[in-house]
Amino acid sequence: MMDSSVKIINEWDIVAARQLGRNVAKELGFGTVDQARITTAISELARNIYLYAGQGEITIEKVENGAKKGMTIVSRDEGPGIPDLRKVMEDGFSTSGGLGAGLPGVKRLMDEFSIESTPGEGTLIQSVKWLR
Amino acid sequence: MNMRIPILKLHDCLLISIQWELDDQTALQFQEDLLHKIHETSARGVVIDFTSIDFIDSFIAKVLGDVISMSKLMGAKVVITGIQPAVAITLIELGIRLEEVMTALDLEKGLEKLQRELGD
Repeated sequence: MMDSSVKIINEWDIVAARQLGRNVAKELGFGTVDQARITTAISELARNIYLYAGQGEITIEKVENGAKKGMTIVSRDEGPGIPDLRKVMEDGFSTSGGLGAGLPGVKRLMDEFSIESTPGEGTLIQSVKWLR
Repeated sequence: MNMRIPILKLHDCLLISIQWELDDQTALQFQEDLLHKIHETSARGVVIDFTSIDFIDSFIAKVLGDVISMSKLMGAKVVITGIQPAVAITLIELGIRLEEVMTALDLEKGLEKLQRELGD
């Protein structure tokens, strides 16, 4: 399986990451609604990196689990980390003054979602969308 | 790489059709351009058409919501049109509600709605 990554350093990288995601989603045969979900989720994750961590990386992977096919979006940064994970997963919580619908939105757009974060070390978010 | 979104004047309305994927800078530039154009032309109504747009993230939604409120402050009413099914679904799932915003299915219906609102 081919993996592809986009380094997130500036605003243009957010555009590059979601374009990569959209292309892979199309290739895999996702419909227009799932393509929009995936593109939006990547945009939110990439923006979080840009706003909170300064820099990081979005990696898109195709996955297979038995008969199921899908795609994984991995967001990785070595930023300040998230001290209270439970709080950032609450709807309406955002530390950037209303910018970004935040992680609960991304979780709803995707089928699987997991987050690990260590203050001072960074954040790793993995999410999967399965082809129906 | 920074492209400006064209803003067309039609009688006392402004028409905008977003034709390509918006990056942050283009969206912010558009916000400023639209407000200047309202001021310049004394437009009373604005239609922003999204027919060609296949996703809107929270940043674009925020810029859009803001520019609608800003236009209102200047006395212009804004209708947004052409939101695709996939865009409507993802915006709501994302948790974004543009509830105070006037909407219409397409540009034609948007202009009709605006004319009624403006009492012409």
